[in-house]
Amino acid sequence: MKEEIIISGFGGQGVLSMGKILAYAGLLQGQEVSWMPSYGPEQRGGTANVTVILSDERISSPVLNTYDTVVVLNQPSLERFESKVKPGGTLIFDGSTVHALPTRKDINVYRINATEYATANNASKTLNMIVLGGLMKVRPVTTIDKVLLGLKKSLPERHHHLLPMNEEALKKGMELIEKIN
Amino acid sequence: MEEVRLMKGNEAIAHAAVRCGCDGYFGYPITPQSEIMETLMALKPWETTGMVVLQAESEVAAINMVYGAAGCGKRAMTSSSSPGVSLKQEGISYIASAELPCVIINVMRGGPGLGTIQPSQADYYQAVKGGGHGDYKLIVLAPASVQEMADYTVLAFDLAFKYRNPVMILADGVTGQMMEKVVLPPFRERRTEEEIRKECPWATLGKLNGRKRNIITSLSLQSEEMEKINLHLQAKYKEIERNEVMFEEFYCEDAEYLVVAFGTCARVCHKAVEMAREEGIKAGLLRPITLFPFPTEAISRYADRTKGMLTVEMNAGQMIDDVRLAVNGRVPVEYYGRLGGIVPAPDEVLNALKEKIVK
Repeated sequence: MKEEIIISGFGGQGVLSMGKILAYAGLLQGQEVSWMPSYGPEQRGGTANVTVILSDERISSPVLNTYDTVVVLNQPSLERFESKVKPGGTLIFDGSTVHALPTRKDINVYRINATEYATANNASKTLNMIVLGGLMKVRPVTTIDKVLLGLKKSLPERHHHLLPMNEEALKKGMELIEKIN
Repeated sequence: MEEVRLMKGNEAIAHAAVRCGCDGYFGYPITPQSEIMETLMALKPWETTGMVVLQAESEVAAINMVYGAAGCGKRAMTSSSSPGVSLKQEGISYIASAELPCVIINVMRGGPGLGTIQPSQADYYQAVKGGGHGDYKLIVLAPASVQEMADYTVLAFDLAFKYRNPVMILADGVTGQMMEKVVLPPFRERRTEEEIRKECPWATLGKLNGRKRNIITSLSLQSEEMEKINLHLQAKYKEIERNEVMFEEFYCEDAEYLVVAFGTCARVCHKAVEMAREEGIKAGLLRPITLFPFPTEAISRYADRTKGMLTVEMNAGQMIDDVRLAVNGRVPVEYYGRLGGIVPAPDEVLNALKEKIVK
């Protein structure tokens, strides 16, 4: 199995962390993984993105220009990456921040109103986990157990009390995601 | 069994340095390699192995601290990115002339000038053809994965001491910033002063009774002496060329077209070559791992077996010169690349291969 994913949004939405959590989960399930961030000034405000590859075989290029799955959390990201979804691939967008909808008909399009839910429920810090839950529902590349184990390994112990909150966010994301095409 | 970890290439270099018994790191921060010093500072090796980690006042100061530490037979290292490595060139030339071992890491970014902070390979000429003044060579290693960032740090120290020569790890923004799986090298003790005296009889550690004094210098006012030193250096570089060439091949057995690329570009080309094979194009990839010494003979052999070669580089075409020298006009050699911090995508490479070579 090989899954090539790009996650893109504003700096601060947790795009790079979401990618890192996915990569950790891949590592824990014995896969080859690569995590390649945009590390420029966009980390501090513009559009940031990260390419994550999970594969059962050696990964050749960590830099790609088409993807199995594209996750966009703002309008500029949709405009930049909609055309980069492989035919038959998956596009997930945050319906609260993306208003001009995707137009392609040869891909699977899903909406998740993650920002709206997170803001209304005082959960903006787990926005990326809500989106990750949605992604895992439609592209089951890993499991909640692996994600939580990955978080446990990568977070300092003083943050471990936040794990249940993250689990809840993942599950909420699984409920919130809806297919629109 | 060592744990499999997930980390950035820059972090892997820092861990590997501590683990292979490095005595001192001297650096000055610059994107995209600042995590090397950040990680070293977080690891606090001065509390465990006794390794010194120092943020110098400038790149020039850092390379001269390396010069001093190396003169004492210590395992010394510095790192920077393109503009900072330019600043270090005077010191590197002195270290090469004085025949001292050290490791210099260049995590390349787009130039010229301050350029961008994005990945580039535009310092190939600087690394391989001299960089500073005078006839000298660095041993240059080009890692293409996080695992190799760790492994080649260890190898770089070994080669540096084997040949009393500075070794450069020529990485780029992708290999520095990317996270992949890595198994860190086993721990090696730092050498004791006694061990250094034994292994490095040239080191200036203080003269013991009866021994002739050691002098470390790059200055020799007698031209006849300086010529001798130069001839000695050239003989050493020939020996390195004979012994230390490293390269990797993919799908080369029956290749009609050869792609030559190093570092990150080799990863991209690996995918491009797989895509070409799916379309029935018999393409292969040769990836130089040592850029000096260059795999001239291996490439020369393919000149008799292939119809054309394409070099893919994140620069305006630098390594292509060395490929053309190896091929010596026997088959067409073309270049494809992106500039200023852009990484070419696999399908761009495939298109270039079709347009320029396969036709």
